[in-house]
Amino acid sequence: MEINKFIENFADQLNDTEISEITSTTVFKDLDEWSSLTALSIIAMVDEEYDVILKGDDIRNANTIEDLFNIVSSK
Amino acid sequence: MGIISNPFSLEGKTILVTGASSGIGRSTAIEASNLGARIILVARDENRLKETQAALSGQGHRIIAADLTDEMALNNLVEECGALDGVVLCAGKGLTRPVQFCDRSRFDEIFNINFFSTAELLRLLYKKKRLVKGASAVLITSMGGTHVFSGGNSIYGSSKAALDSFMKFAAKEFAARNIRVNSVCPSMIETPLIHSGAITEEQLAEYAKRFPLKRFGRPEDVAYAAVYLLSPASAWVTGTSMIVDGGFSIS
Repeated sequence: MEINKFIENFADQLNDTEISEITSTTVFKDLDEWSSLTALSIIAMVDEEYDVILKGDDIRNANTIEDLFNIVSSK
Repeated sequence: MGIISNPFSLEGKTILVTGASSGIGRSTAIEASNLGARIILVARDENRLKETQAALSGQGHRIIAADLTDEMALNNLVEECGALDGVVLCAGKGLTRPVQFCDRSRFDEIFNINFFSTAELLRLLYKKKRLVKGASAVLITSMGGTHVFSGGNSIYGSSKAALDSFMKFAAKEFAARNIRVNSVCPSMIETPLIHSGAITEEQLAEYAKRFPLKRFGRPEDVAYAAVYLLSPASAWVTGTSMIVDGGFSIS
Protein backbone atom coordinates (compact mmCIF):
# COMPACT_ATOMS: atom_id res chain seq x y z
CA MET A 1 0.00 0.00 0.00
CA GLU A 2 1.37 3.28 -1.10
CA ILE A 3 0.55 6.76 0.16
CA ASN A 4 0.46 8.59 -3.18
CA LYS A 5 -2.18 6.21 -4.48
CA PHE A 6 -4.08 6.64 -1.20
CA ILE A 7 -4.02 10.44 -1.59
CA GLU A 8 -5.31 10.01 -5.14
CA ASN A 9 -8.17 7.78 -3.97
CA PHE A 10 -8.92 10.22 -1.18
CA ALA A 11 -8.98 13.20 -3.57
CA ASP A 12 -11.37 11.25 -5.79
CA GLN A 13 -14.01 11.61 -3.08
CA LEU A 14 -13.75 15.40 -3.09
CA ASN A 15 -15.73 17.57 -5.47
CA ASP A 16 -14.40 21.11 -4.95
CA THR A 17 -10.78 20.44 -4.00
CA GLU A 18 -8.05 19.76 -6.59
CA ILE A 19 -5.67 16.87 -5.99
CA SER A 20 -2.79 19.38 -6.21
CA GLU A 21 -4.13 21.00 -3.01
CA ILE A 22 -3.88 17.70 -1.11
CA THR A 23 -0.78 16.26 0.55
CA SER A 24 -0.16 13.66 3.24
CA THR A 25 -0.14 16.44 5.86
CA THR A 26 -3.50 17.95 4.82
CA VAL A 27 -5.85 18.22 7.80
CA PHE A 28 -8.80 16.88 5.87
CA LYS A 29 -11.54 17.91 8.31
CA ASP A 30 -10.50 21.54 7.73
CA LEU A 31 -11.41 21.31 4.04
CA ASP A 32 -14.32 23.63 3.21
CA GLU A 33 -16.29 20.84 1.61
CA TRP A 34 -15.73 18.27 4.41
CA SER A 35 -19.07 16.80 5.57
CA SER A 36 -20.51 13.65 7.08
CA LEU A 37 -21.23 12.44 3.53
CA THR A 38 -17.55 12.89 2.61
CA ALA A 39 -16.67 10.77 5.65
CA LEU A 40 -19.08 8.05 4.47
CA SER A 41 -17.51 8.20 1.00
CA ILE A 42 -14.01 7.78 2.45
CA ILE A 43 -15.20 4.78 4.49
CA ALA A 44 -16.77 3.22 1.37
CA MET A 45 -13.70 3.97 -0.78
CA VAL A 46 -11.39 2.30 1.78
CA ASP A 47 -13.69 -0.71 1.87
CA GLU A 48 -13.64 -1.04 -1.94
CA GLU A 49 -9.99 -0.23 -2.63
CA TYR A 50 -8.28 -1.71 0.44
CA ASP A 51 -10.82 -4.21 1.77
CA VAL A 52 -10.61 -2.51 5.17
CA ILE A 53 -13.66 -1.58 7.25
CA LEU A 54 -13.12 1.82 8.88
CA LYS A 55 -15.37 2.99 11.69
CA GLY A 56 -16.62 6.54 12.07
CA ASP A 57 -14.28 6.75 15.08
CA ASP A 58 -11.26 5.99 12.88
CA ILE A 59 -12.08 9.10 10.85
CA ARG A 60 -12.63 11.07 14.04
CA ASN A 61 -9.27 10.00 15.48
CA ALA A 62 -7.30 10.98 12.36
CA ASN A 63 -6.24 14.54 11.58
CA THR A 64 -4.12 14.29 8.47
CA ILE A 65 -4.48 12.08 5.43
CA GLU A 66 -1.29 10.33 6.54
CA ASP A 67 -2.93 9.51 9.92
CA LEU A 68 -5.77 7.88 8.05
CA PHE A 69 -3.35 6.07 5.73
CA ASN A 70 -1.58 4.66 8.82
CA ILE A 71 -4.88 3.50 10.32
CA VAL A 72 -5.83 1.75 7.07
CA SER A 73 -2.32 0.21 6.80
CA SER A 74 -2.53 -1.14 10.35
CA LYS A 75 -5.80 -2.99 9.72
CA MET B 1 -62.04 -11.88 31.79
CA GLY B 2 -63.38 -8.68 33.34
CA ILE B 3 -66.89 -7.36 32.97
CA ILE B 4 -65.68 -4.78 30.45
CA SER B 5 -63.38 -6.41 27.91
CA ASN B 6 -60.20 -4.54 27.08
CA PRO B 7 -59.96 -3.73 23.34
CA PHE B 8 -56.16 -3.53 23.64
CA SER B 9 -55.83 -7.06 25.01
CA LEU B 10 -54.10 -9.78 22.97
CA GLU B 11 -55.46 -12.55 25.22
CA GLY B 12 -55.83 -15.87 23.38
CA LYS B 13 -54.01 -14.68 20.25
CA THR B 14 -51.01 -16.36 18.66
CA ILE B 15 -48.55 -13.84 17.22
CA LEU B 16 -45.47 -14.61 15.13
CA VAL B 17 -42.60 -12.11 15.46
CA THR B 18 -39.54 -12.09 13.16
CA GLY B 19 -36.31 -10.40 14.15
CA ALA B 20 -37.25 -11.44 17.70
CA SER B 21 -33.65 -11.92 18.87
CA SER B 22 -32.99 -8.20 19.44
CA GLY B 23 -34.16 -4.60 19.19
CA ILE B 24 -37.69 -3.84 18.03
CA GLY B 25 -38.56 -7.51 17.44
CA ARG B 26 -37.55 -8.58 20.94
CA SER B 27 -39.39 -5.66 22.53
CA THR B 28 -42.54 -6.31 20.47
CA ALA B 29 -42.54 -9.98 21.53
CA ILE B 30 -42.24 -8.97 25.19
CA GLU B 31 -44.98 -6.32 25.06
CA ALA B 32 -47.36 -8.59 23.11
CA SER B 33 -46.84 -11.33 25.72
CA ASN B 34 -47.56 -8.80 28.48
CA LEU B 35 -50.95 -8.24 26.83
CA GLY B 36 -51.69 -11.96 26.84
CA ALA B 37 -50.47 -13.25 23.47
CA ARG B 38 -48.69 -16.54 22.83
CA ILE B 39 -45.60 -15.71 20.79
CA ILE B 40 -43.75 -17.61 18.09
CA LEU B 41 -40.24 -16.17 18.12
CA VAL B 42 -38.33 -16.22 14.83
CA ALA B 43 -34.72 -15.24 14.04
CA ARG B 44 -31.51 -16.98 13.04
CA ASP B 45 -29.84 -17.23 16.45
CA GLU B 46 -31.53 -19.78 18.71
CA ASN B 47 -29.58 -18.78 21.82
CA ARG B 48 -30.60 -15.15 21.55
CA LEU B 49 -34.20 -16.24 20.92
CA LYS B 50 -34.04 -18.18 24.19
CA GLU B 51 -33.02 -14.94 25.93
CA THR B 52 -36.09 -13.25 24.47
CA GLN B 53 -38.26 -16.21 25.46
CA ALA B 54 -37.03 -15.95 29.05
CA ALA B 55 -38.25 -12.32 29.13
CA LEU B 56 -41.81 -13.14 27.99
CA SER B 57 -44.88 -13.20 30.26
CA GLY B 58 -47.18 -16.22 30.33
CA GLN B 59 -46.86 -19.69 28.85
CA GLY B 60 -47.05 -21.46 25.51
CA HIS B 61 -44.43 -19.50 23.57
CA ARG B 62 -42.36 -21.20 20.88
CA ILE B 63 -39.07 -20.67 19.12
CA ILE B 64 -38.53 -21.38 15.42
CA ALA B 65 -34.93 -20.59 14.47
CA ALA B 66 -34.79 -19.72 10.77
CA ASP B 67 -32.79 -17.64 8.32
CA LEU B 68 -35.59 -15.99 6.34
CA THR B 69 -33.33 -15.46 3.31
CA ASP B 70 -33.10 -19.27 3.01
CA GLU B 71 -36.04 -20.48 0.90
CA MET B 72 -36.24 -23.89 2.58
CA ALA B 73 -36.09 -22.42 6.07
CA LEU B 74 -38.83 -19.95 5.15
CA ASN B 75 -41.08 -22.67 3.72
CA ASN B 76 -40.44 -24.80 6.76
CA LEU B 77 -41.41 -21.91 9.04
CA VAL B 78 -44.73 -21.52 7.22
CA GLU B 79 -45.33 -25.29 7.56
CA GLU B 80 -44.56 -25.33 11.28
CA CYS B 81 -46.13 -22.12 12.58
CA GLY B 82 -49.81 -23.15 12.56
CA ALA B 83 -52.73 -20.71 12.69
CA LEU B 84 -51.82 -17.10 13.44
CA ASP B 85 -53.89 -14.15 14.71
CA GLY B 86 -51.08 -11.77 13.98
CA VAL B 87 -47.59 -11.36 12.64
CA VAL B 88 -45.02 -8.63 13.22
CA LEU B 89 -42.25 -8.59 10.61
CA CYS B 90 -39.22 -6.89 12.12
CA ALA B 91 -36.29 -8.80 10.59
CA GLY B 92 -34.02 -6.35 8.84
CA LYS B 93 -30.54 -5.10 8.28
CA GLY B 94 -28.98 -1.65 7.96
CA LEU B 95 -26.32 -0.21 5.70
CA THR B 96 -24.83 3.27 5.48
CA ARG B 97 -23.13 3.87 2.13
CA PRO B 98 -23.18 6.74 -0.38
CA VAL B 99 -25.02 6.12 -3.65
CA GLN B 100 -21.87 5.97 -5.80
CA PHE B 101 -20.68 2.95 -3.79
CA CYS B 102 -24.03 1.14 -3.88
CA ASP B 103 -23.50 -1.61 -6.42
CA ARG B 104 -25.95 -4.42 -7.11
CA SER B 105 -24.39 -6.81 -4.56
CA ARG B 106 -25.01 -4.27 -1.77
CA PHE B 107 -28.62 -3.83 -2.86
CA ASP B 108 -29.12 -7.60 -2.92
CA GLU B 109 -27.66 -8.02 0.56
CA ILE B 110 -30.12 -5.54 2.11
CA PHE B 111 -33.18 -6.06 -0.14
CA ASN B 112 -33.00 -9.85 0.34
CA ILE B 113 -33.79 -9.59 4.02
CA ASN B 114 -35.57 -6.23 4.35
CA PHE B 115 -37.86 -6.58 1.36
CA PHE B 116 -37.90 -9.94 -0.44
CA SER B 117 -37.92 -12.27 2.60
CA THR B 118 -40.51 -10.15 4.37
CA ALA B 119 -42.79 -9.92 1.33
CA GLU B 120 -42.40 -13.65 0.65
CA LEU B 121 -43.22 -14.61 4.23
CA LEU B 122 -46.32 -12.41 4.24
CA ARG B 123 -47.39 -13.85 0.87
CA LEU B 124 -47.03 -17.46 2.05
CA LEU B 125 -48.76 -16.85 5.39
CA TYR B 126 -51.74 -15.54 3.44
CA LYS B 127 -51.68 -18.07 0.60
CA LYS B 128 -51.36 -21.04 2.98
CA LYS B 129 -54.12 -19.54 5.14
CA ARG B 130 -51.92 -19.40 8.24
CA LEU B 131 -53.31 -15.92 8.92
CA VAL B 132 -56.85 -16.56 10.17
CA LYS B 133 -59.77 -14.32 9.20
CA GLY B 134 -59.54 -11.10 11.19
CA ALA B 135 -55.77 -11.44 11.65
CA SER B 136 -53.44 -8.45 11.67
CA ALA B 137 -50.03 -8.11 9.99
CA VAL B 138 -47.61 -5.38 11.05
CA LEU B 139 -44.52 -4.50 9.02
CA ILE B 140 -41.73 -2.45 10.54
CA THR B 141 -40.62 0.01 7.88
CA SER B 142 -38.76 3.29 8.44
CA MET B 143 -39.01 7.06 8.19
CA GLY B 144 -35.71 6.76 6.30
CA GLY B 145 -36.68 6.29 2.66
CA THR B 146 -40.34 7.22 3.14
CA HIS B 147 -40.09 10.69 4.70
CA VAL B 148 -36.41 11.36 5.50
CA PHE B 149 -33.55 11.04 3.00
CA SER B 150 -30.23 11.30 4.88
CA GLY B 151 -26.98 10.90 2.97
CA GLY B 152 -25.73 7.33 2.85
CA ASN B 153 -29.11 5.75 3.51
CA SER B 154 -30.26 5.01 -0.05
CA ILE B 155 -30.29 1.21 -0.05
CA TYR B 156 -31.77 0.78 3.41
CA GLY B 157 -34.29 3.57 2.80
CA SER B 158 -35.42 2.33 -0.59
CA SER B 159 -35.81 -1.23 0.77
CA LYS B 160 -38.07 0.11 3.52
CA ALA B 161 -39.99 2.35 1.09
CA ALA B 162 -40.61 -0.69 -1.13
CA LEU B 163 -41.88 -2.58 1.90
CA ASP B 164 -44.13 0.30 2.96
CA SER B 165 -45.64 0.38 -0.53
CA PHE B 166 -46.06 -3.42 -0.62
CA MET B 167 -47.90 -3.18 2.72
CA LYS B 168 -50.63 -1.06 1.10
CA PHE B 169 -51.17 -3.47 -1.77
CA ALA B 170 -51.37 -6.41 0.63
CA ALA B 171 -53.80 -4.46 2.85
CA LYS B 172 -56.11 -3.86 -0.09
CA GLU B 173 -56.09 -7.47 -1.30
CA PHE B 174 -56.12 -9.16 2.13
CA ALA B 175 -59.19 -7.14 3.18
CA ALA B 176 -61.12 -9.87 1.31
CA ARG B 177 -60.46 -12.10 4.36
CA ASN B 178 -60.74 -9.23 6.83
CA ILE B 179 -56.99 -9.43 7.37
CA ARG B 180 -55.46 -6.06 8.16
CA VAL B 181 -51.97 -5.00 7.10
CA ASN B 182 -50.26 -1.89 8.48
CA SER B 183 -46.76 -0.62 9.10
CA VAL B 184 -44.98 1.22 11.86
CA CYS B 185 -42.59 3.79 10.50
CA PRO B 186 -39.98 4.62 13.15
CA SER B 187 -37.22 7.17 13.09
CA MET B 188 -33.93 6.55 14.94
CA ILE B 189 -34.44 3.84 17.55
CA GLU B 190 -31.83 2.76 20.10
CA THR B 191 -31.00 -0.68 18.70
CA PRO B 192 -27.77 -2.47 17.74
CA LEU B 193 -28.52 -1.43 14.13
CA ILE B 194 -27.69 2.28 14.67
CA HIS B 195 -24.58 1.52 16.76
CA SER B 196 -22.79 -0.30 13.94
CA GLY B 197 -19.98 2.27 14.01
CA ALA B 198 -20.47 3.92 10.61
CA ILE B 199 -21.81 6.96 12.47
CA THR B 200 -19.87 7.96 15.59
CA GLU B 201 -21.51 8.02 19.03
CA GLU B 202 -20.73 11.75 19.10
CA GLN B 203 -22.69 12.36 15.87
CA LEU B 204 -25.55 10.24 17.19
CA ALA B 205 -25.76 12.30 20.41
CA GLU B 206 -25.81 15.51 18.36
CA TYR B 207 -28.53 14.09 16.10
CA ALA B 208 -30.73 13.12 19.08
CA LYS B 209 -31.01 16.82 20.04
CA ARG B 210 -32.78 17.56 16.76
CA PHE B 211 -35.86 15.61 17.84
CA PRO B 212 -38.65 17.72 19.38
CA LEU B 213 -38.95 15.07 22.11
CA LYS B 214 -35.15 15.31 22.61
CA ARG B 215 -34.21 11.67 22.36
CA PHE B 216 -34.06 8.73 20.00
CA GLY B 217 -36.87 6.22 20.22
CA ARG B 218 -36.70 3.14 22.37
CA PRO B 219 -37.67 -0.29 21.04
CA GLU B 220 -40.77 -0.26 23.25
CA ASP B 221 -41.98 2.99 21.61
CA VAL B 222 -42.32 1.00 18.40
CA ALA B 223 -43.58 -2.14 20.16
CA TYR B 224 -46.52 -0.22 21.70
CA ALA B 225 -47.58 0.94 18.22
CA ALA B 226 -47.26 -2.62 16.90
CA VAL B 227 -49.38 -4.10 19.71
CA TYR B 228 -52.08 -1.49 19.07
CA LEU B 229 -52.13 -2.55 15.40
CA LEU B 230 -52.37 -6.21 16.48
CA SER B 231 -55.22 -5.58 18.89
CA PRO B 232 -59.01 -5.35 18.37
CA ALA B 233 -58.67 -1.61 19.15
CA SER B 234 -57.41 -1.09 15.58
CA ALA B 235 -60.13 -3.24 13.95
CA TRP B 236 -60.96 -0.50 11.42
CA VAL B 237 -57.36 0.43 10.61
CA THR B 238 -55.68 -1.03 7.53
CA GLY B 239 -53.21 0.11 4.89
CA THR B 240 -51.82 2.77 7.17
CA SER B 241 -48.28 3.67 8.03
CA MET B 242 -48.00 4.88 11.62
CA ILE B 243 -45.24 7.43 12.17
CA VAL B 244 -43.37 6.98 15.46
CA ASP B 245 -40.59 9.54 15.34
CA GLY B 246 -40.45 11.74 18.45
CA GLY B 247 -41.85 14.57 16.33
CA PHE B 248 -38.93 14.62 13.88
CA SER B 249 -41.19 15.03 10.84
CA ILE B 250 -42.70 18.21 12.29
CA SER B 251 -39.37 19.67 13.45
